[in-house]
Amino acid sequence: MQSVAEDTFVEEEANPFATKAIGLKRRDQIVSILLRLGTYFILSCAAYIFLDIIVKGAPVVFQAEAPFINTDFFTQSPETLMTFETASGDEYKMNFSEYTEFKTRNPAIDIVDEHSHAYSGGGIFGPLIGTVLLTGICIVIALFVGLTTAIFLNEYSSKGKFMDLIRLAIMNLAGVPSIVYGLFGLGLFCLVAPVVTDVPAPRAILTVPLLFTDSVLSFEGWGTCMLAGGCTLAVMILPVIIAACEESLKAIPMGFREASMALGATKWQSISKSVLPYAFPGMLTASILGITRVAGETAPIMFTAALAHKDKLPWQDIPTDAEANALSQSAEWVGGFFSQSVQAMPYHIYTVAARIPQSEYTKPMQYGSVFVFMVVVLIFAALSIYLRAHFRKKVQW
Amino acid sequence: MKTTMSKNRITNTDIPEENRVISSHAGGNTAETIIGIDDVNFAYNKGTDVLKDVSLDINRGEVTAFIGPSGCGKSTLLRCLNRMNDLILTASITKGSINILGTDIYDPKVDPIELRKHVGMVFQKYNPFPKSIYENVAFGLRIQGIKKASILDEVVERSLTYAGLWDEVKDRLHSSGLGLSGGQQQRLCIARTIAVEPKIILMDEPCSALDPLSTAIIEDLITRLKNEFTIVIVTHNMQQATRVSDRTAYFYLGELIEVGPTTTIFNNPTEKRTEDYISGRFG
Repeated sequence: MQSVAEDTFVEEEANPFATKAIGLKRRDQIVSILLRLGTYFILSCAAYIFLDIIVKGAPVVFQAEAPFINTDFFTQSPETLMTFETASGDEYKMNFSEYTEFKTRNPAIDIVDEHSHAYSGGGIFGPLIGTVLLTGICIVIALFVGLTTAIFLNEYSSKGKFMDLIRLAIMNLAGVPSIVYGLFGLGLFCLVAPVVTDVPAPRAILTVPLLFTDSVLSFEGWGTCMLAGGCTLAVMILPVIIAACEESLKAIPMGFREASMALGATKWQSISKSVLPYAFPGMLTASILGITRVAGETAPIMFTAALAHKDKLPWQDIPTDAEANALSQSAEWVGGFFSQSVQAMPYHIYTVAARIPQSEYTKPMQYGSVFVFMVVVLIFAALSIYLRAHFRKKVQW
Repeated sequence: MKTTMSKNRITNTDIPEENRVISSHAGGNTAETIIGIDDVNFAYNKGTDVLKDVSLDINRGEVTAFIGPSGCGKSTLLRCLNRMNDLILTASITKGSINILGTDIYDPKVDPIELRKHVGMVFQKYNPFPKSIYENVAFGLRIQGIKKASILDEVVERSLTYAGLWDEVKDRLHSSGLGLSGGQQQRLCIARTIAVEPKIILMDEPCSALDPLSTAIIEDLITRLKNEFTIVIVTHNMQQATRVSDRTAYFYLGELIEVGPTTTIFNNPTEKRTEDYISGRFG
């Protein structure tokens, strides 16, 4: 045994560390090249998408002279774009509202070769506002329900089959396609959810008279409105929020809870004073990432909240009873506000990309919308990264 | 019994001028039972008892050490004394009773929250909150709703002084408690515990995460604390038990093998198993 070892040693004396298994080494190199190629492929795809959008979208949003930003694009709502030539050979391009004005101002003008391009004029103010409102409603509802659920699951619930079942159900919710959520929202919030009204609609499936008032609780649904859309988005994002909040709670050392309890704190005191403040940064980060996800969803709002075209902004022309007192008027206004349907960025992009006749004049609107939307999402993602880093620095253990 | 105890507490905290820490055990020199453990069985899950027929009296104003190999149930018993085991939903005492200050603490009428104000606990891994030193010590009073700055200031200073930490931290009371060294953090945890003026302090291997020098400081502190508090300490370090404790209880596999004055247990144990353990033949 010893002599064999000595022999090998003598043979390899020149370089005892030379490669022995050449096949293994080659396989190692091939694998590393493959892994590298896979990564580069993904990177180049992402780079192509971003560059394409930036190159074609940025010129719509930015301009050469002050204020360097195309303010019309941000302050006007989508409109039909008219292109035409006059008999004298001048070419014109203007929004539909300007076009009608132009015609009344110049009744004598002879228009030839007139084209209309739907949704290609104006800007994206309406859709932006709609998306902000929808995600705002969504995040308020989702955070409240998600946080309470996560606290219950992580701090209060006992271990057992039933709780495992609940967890499984929540995890499965995350895998449901978004179009299913859209239909669910349509079925529940738009058609069945309860409203307080004096005159129930004939389609109400159930009406419950409210004591001491003339009103009834009518299960007739909220109709297509931002509240229904926000709720649908909230249901969709709930599994993500719950999981993220639970993870943040789990990351808090058990010692904080124990120390607090051992000092005579109640359970809720322990959670609210020694757990939640330190879990907050993680929850915040997850919620902001959740916002960016719901902001981009089209399917859930398609049936529940979004319109392709809407002339008025959600707060314009809400009908209120002029006879009533200020309090019930404002209550009516708030109710009316949340019952408004809205335009929304993802649905607007879907419309301009896939539901209108394409022409060279639609391109700026398409790329401009996508560019703005992408930048907004990037800003939110950056914000969440910044906040996480900021709070990590402040709260550490 | 419980109502008198809570009444005492309220008067105590209402009169900050009174030197409460010092006065709380005046005249407690004779061996008087403060914790009576009577024939206790305990199970984390029904059917598997991890403590079997444990009976043990702990005297007021003494340091009692629980020793024994890992998994022998000494920490479990310690956590029964302030009902920290309640946090595990399936865990419960299956037999016997534990009396503290004359009250059966597993009586349905006993509120574990009130109990824990009287039976404080210091943990193995020092766990100050990620708050300032001041807020760490004031935490126990704040959750009781005490907001008055003068009371808080006084209690914080007294508790930190008592824990031997005041001189080291008085200039940075409002910087984070996590900026302290390990030994200082553990003393901060002790200060936090004594700020709510418990009668009894439970210590679960308080020095196992500390270096020898910090350990010596904590042990010194324990000897000083026993004038005012009854201390129960779980330790793996037998030298530590001989240094700090008046009485020692040896546990093995969930049973109390032997309990007695520390000198007797270490020099003249009656049980063969105790002798084997303390002489290092196993464990």
